[in-house]
Order: sequence, then C-alpha cells, then structure tokens
Amino acid sequence: MNIAVCVKQTPDTETRIKLTEDQKRVDESDINFILNPYDEFAVEQAVRLKEAHGGEVTVISLGPDRVKTAIRTALAMGGDRAIHLKTEKHPDDPLVTAKALASVLKEGNYDLILLGKQAIDDDHNQIPSILGALLDIPAVTVVIKLEVDGNNLTAEREIDGGHEILKFSMPAIIGAQRGLNEPRYPSLKGIMRAKKIQIEEREVALEPEQLKVELLQYPPPKNPGKIVGDSAEAVPELLRLLHEEAKVL
Amino acid sequence: MKVLIYGEHRDGQIRKITFENITLTRSLNAPFEVVFIGADIPDAGEQLSRYGAEQVTLVKGSGLEKYSPDGYAKILAQLVQKHEADVLLMGATATGKDLAPRVSAILNAPLATDCTKVELDGDQLRLIRPMYAGKVLANVSLNSGIKIVTVRPNVYSAHENPADAEVREETVEVPDLKTVVKEIISGAKGKLDVTEADIIVSGGRGMKGPENWHLIEELAELLGAATGASRAAVDAGWRPHDEQVGQTGKTVSPTLYVAVGISGAIQHLAGMSSSKYIVAINKDPEAPIFKVADYGIVADLFEVVPKMIEELKKMKN
Ligand SMILES: Cc1cc2nc3c(=O)[nH]c(=O)nc-3n(C[C@@H](O)[C@H](O)[C@H](O)COP(=O)(O)OP(=O)(O)OC[C@H]3O[C@@H](n4cnc5c(N)ncnc54)[C@H](O)[C@@H]3O)c2cc1C
Ligand SMILES: Cc1cc2nc3c(=O)[nH]c(=O)nc-3n(C[C@H](O)[C@H](O)[C@H](O)COP(=O)(O)OP(=O)(O)OC[C@H]3O[C@@H](n4cnc5c(N)ncnc54)[C@H](O)[C@@H]3O)c2cc1C
Repeated sequence: MNIAVCVKQTPDTETRIKLTEDQKRVDESDINFILNPYDEFAVEQAVRLKEAHGGEVTVISLGPDRVKTAIRTALAMGGDRAIHLKTEKHPDDPLVTAKALASVLKEGNYDLILLGKQAIDDDHNQIPSILGALLDIPAVTVVIKLEVDGNNLTAEREIDGGHEILKFSMPAIIGAQRGLNEPRYPSLKGIMRAKKIQIEEREVALEPEQLKVELLQYPPPKNPGKIVGDSAEAVPELLRLLHEEAKVL
Repeated sequence: MKVLIYGEHRDGQIRKITFENITLTRSLNAPFEVVFIGADIPDAGEQLSRYGAEQVTLVKGSGLEKYSPDGYAKILAQLVQKHEADVLLMGATATGKDLAPRVSAILNAPLATDCTKVELDGDQLRLIRPMYAGKVLANVSLNSGIKIVTVRPNVYSAHENPADAEVREETVEVPDLKTVVKEIISGAKGKLDVTEADIIVSGGRGMKGPENWHLIEELAELLGAATGASRAAVDAGWRPHDEQVGQTGKTVSPTLYVAVGISGAIQHLAGMSSSKYIVAINKDPEAPIFKVADYGIVADLFEVVPKMIEELKKMKN
C-alpha cells in the first residue's frame, strides 16, 4: 500500500501564546513546537497499515525549516520517506496550503492519504475535506475506526450525537480523530533510523491568499468570578445568583 | 450582498443552528435564502416562518436522503452559483465542518470556520474566529467573490420574528456518489448533544467513578441540560467520547456550563471557555477552573450536588 501522511508542526498545547507587537502574528521565539497531536493518530495508522499490508509511508509537511523536526518525529514512528515543501511561513489560508499539498499528492499516486482531523493552532478543520474535493476522491473526516478489505474501506466517524459508518474505496483520504488508535512512542531504533532518511526538499510556489488574518488579539479578560461559599450551605445563594443575576435559570 | 444559509436537519427536524443563522443574517439586514438538501421536513414552512425566513428551497434527488460528503458538496456548490449568493453561511457543526471546506475547494472560495462574530461593514464581512484553542482571537477577512463562513453553534441565539416563508421544492441531478453513509449509530435516544445544549453539566475525575454519575444526570435533568465530561472521565471509560468537552473533544458555548470535579486544564478550557456563564464546584480553591468561573463553590461535590438537586426539586414544586 502506497500511503502518504500530511503532518503539521504546531505549538505544544501547554504553550503560552504571545503575539508580536504589530499583532499580525504569533511570536515564535518561546514556542515549543510539536507534531500536531491529531497527526500522531494519522502517522500511527499509516505505519500499522504498512505493517499489515506492506508498502511505504511518505511523510509530507509544508512550512518553514523548523517543520523538519515534526517530520523526523513522524519518520521515527515508522515513516519511510519524507517531502518538505518549503515556504517562508505557514499560509493563513488553508485553501492555499491544501492546493500545494494536492499538487504533490497527485504526483505520488497514493492509495491512502492520512491527515489529522484538525491542526491545533489555527483550528481550521479544513485540509482533509478540501483535498477530497481537489483530488476528487473520497475523504472521510473525524475517523475513529478504519477497516481495510482489499480496495474497500469502511470508516466510522463522529458526528454530533452519534457515529456514522461510511463505505468507499481507495484511493481515499482519512482525517484522523483521537480514538482511531494509540500512537506509539518513537523507539530509539526508530529515532536512529529516522536520522538516516534524507528529507526531500521542494520549493513551492503558493497561490495568492484569499483569507487574510488582519489582526490577532487576546480574548478579553474575564471578570473575576465570585466564590459563593465553601460548603453546601452556599447552594441556595448560588441558585439565587443564577436566577436573579445571571438570569439563566 | 446575498446570503445562502445551509439548513441543517436530522430525522425530519430542523436543527437549531439554522434558526441561529437566520437570526444572525436578519441582523445584518442582508437578503437571504435557506436551502436544505435531502430533507423531509413536513412542517418546514411553518417552522421557518416563525424565525423570519422568506425564501426556502428543499432540494431533492435520488440517494440524497443520506449524507454523502462529496455529493452534498457538489450540489451545494451548484446551489451557491445558481442562487447567485455572495456568502454561504453554515454552522460549525459536524456537518458544516465536513462540508464547507469541500465547497470552498470546488468554488475556489475562501472559508472562515468556527466564527464567533460576524459583522457587516458596507460590503465587507468582519469576522472573528478563535485560534490556538481560544488563546487568540483572529480578525480575518475574505477577499473574493464568493465567501464561506461557518458560525459556532449557540454563540448567536435564535429569535422568533414571524414572516411568510415560501417553500419551493427543487429536484436536482445527483452526481456519482463516492462516499455514502451506510448507517448512523445514534447516541442514547433523545439524548441532547452537548454542542446544541443551552445548559451543560459536566463531570470530571473528581466524580470518582461511573457509579456516581447519577448525580450529574439528575442535576442535568432538573436543569434541562446535556451531560458532558472531561477527558480524564472519558479516558477512564466512565463516559462515552462524544461527551468529552475540550480541545480533543467538543467545543461548546452554552448559556450555562456547570463543571463538577473538573480541574480546568487548558485543554478543557479550550472547549468551554466561551460559555456565557460558568459555575465550578471543586474542593481545591487553587483549581484553575475558578479563574474562568463566574460562580464557584469550594467544597466537596458529594455534598454540594445533592444539595443542588434537593433545592432545585423544591423550586420546581
Ligand atoms: C496569524 C497566523 C499565525 C500562524 N502561526 C502559525 C504558527 O505559529 N505555527 C504554525 O504551525 N502555523 C501557524 N499558522 C499556520 C497556518 O496558516 C496553516 O498552515 C493553514 O492555515 C492550514 O490550516 P490548518 O493547519 O489549521 O489546517 P487543518 O485543516 O486544521 O489541518 C488538518 C490537517 O491537515 C494537515 N496539514 C495542515 N497543514 C499542513 C502542512 N502545512 N503540511 C502538511 N500537512 C498539513 C495535517 O495533517 C493537519 O492535521 C499561522 C497562521 C496564521 C494566520
Ligand atoms: C493534547 C491534549 C489534549 C487534551 N484534550 C482534552 C480535552 O479535550 N478535554 C479535557 O477535558 N482534557 C483534555 N486533555 C487533558 C487535560 O490536560 C486534563 O488532564 C483533564 O482535563 C483533566 O480532567 P479532570 O479535570 O476531570 O481531572 P483532574 O485534573 O484530575 O481534576 C479533578 C478535579 O476534581 C477535584 N475533586 C476531586 N474530588 C473532589 C470532590 N470530592 N469534590 C470536589 N472536587 C473534587 C480536584 O480538586 C480536581 O481539581 C488533553 C490533554 C492533552 C495533552
């Protein structure tokens, strides 16, 4: 099976996000970057499928030089090849990112393309579905279970208030959600192996962006809350406040 | 600026986000139409009239009774063009998240997802969307002919505003469907999903075990609330994953969020900090949940929650 995994490097979830003075970007100087947590599920699934069915896993990431660290993590988990699409920064507009990824994916003739369901920095939730339309192949998002039977796939995905089961065939795109599998920690052997893999670098020409981030702001600080009490005795007062002050009851 | 609102429905019911988006669009004073794909809604006209929709189209076609990501996307993209809409407005629901990017790709139109503010300034849309799990708010602009926006559910409330809805049916040619939903496994019947609920009662590790969850359920029932959970409670197998609130779970914006025995880790806050009112019940005064809570009680939940249940029962009688 010829598998591609698209991964993004994102700030660690614990990172305090600091904005640049012009409020146009996030100040990257103190950020600890990681492999997007959802992408770990995508990489794990790719490696498991390779282990079960044979084939090769190609890791693809678009972004500045620093994304190589995320690529190495994915390789250490079991990826075989890697392509780094070099850009100065991550584009603001997911459609632009997706188009660049699509042109590389088209060339690769992959049976299966795995992604995370969303990147935890921009939280766009877009790339897997966009790629489905651009490549005109099935794309199923928020997947928590995937079964492969020859060329046929069955996926279970989360929807509001339940699950959906979909059937489709390869080539196809999967957006991974937590629950799909338990990602492995890269072994020492895997890390050593990853170091030896040559990451193929490509310059990409990005299309003009139609979505622009004009300004970034911190959310307004919340008014300090009220500690209503330190025992169950406070319950009537809490309910009164919810009823009379907040007017939510 | 003409807006096309994608109407969401399930089991013959129009979902609340549709009415929210109608109210929002009316507040922008923009002309709009509502389209439903594959819907069988007996009283669509009556329901939509109540919220002020005037033009409604129910799109039918063979095989469209069930959601098909690629099929719905192609049809919706055609509808945007046919209705000459400038803006496609959808909900940031499971369907909206899946469908909107596909339409964006087909029409080469930019998409701003999960917006918490939508304003109109002349012909320019002013949009705000949270990024980095709500740690940053971004003002984004879409510079194109057609623009696509998804709005976070529950951020705008739906107001009744009667009008006369004209409901038309339109039958379309259905393209080859590459992906079709074979089966829907619903959560417990009649269970309110956290993303649609006005009030949510969530439990965390402090609940100690699933055997105590009747407290959360009873409190939720008295409040007419949905039940949620922290990841610790889900990982322990006490609650199903579809109840998880937070960065790797659902993002919710209810009017009232009651956090019981939840510490308020940054990843949990990511999913609920845009709630209008937050109540925290936790025995640790240092728990970070108190930093975002509007009202807190620092005490043992096993004393506080039963007391809440008792008092609410009294209020009901
Ligand atoms: C003001 C601003 C600041 C930004 N700062 C940062 C930053 O500090 N760090 C940063 O990493 N990005 C940053 N971005 C990045 C960004 O613009 C995204 O790359 C782009 O918008 C795609 O959206 P997404 O990653 O949210 O996609 P989603 O649709 O949420 O991503 C889904 C999946 O697509 C895949 N994917 C996404 N992007 C890539 C990629 N580049 N290469 C390969 N696979 C990918 C992954 O599998 C991912 O899980 C910033 C953007 C803005 C607007
Ligand atoms: C990448 C990533 C993604 C994540 N995504 C999510 C997510 O989506 N959602 C999420 O919730 N978490 C998420 N987490 C996990 C998160 O970091 C926390 O571990 C989790 O939220 C803790 O759950 P909790 O508050 O229930 O448990 P704890 O942190 O253990 O808190 C339990 C609380 O209960 C209180 N308590 C105990 N007994 C009582 C009592 N008798 N009476 C009153 N109070 C009591 C304690 O004081 C404590 O504050 C994520 C983590 C990572 C790394």
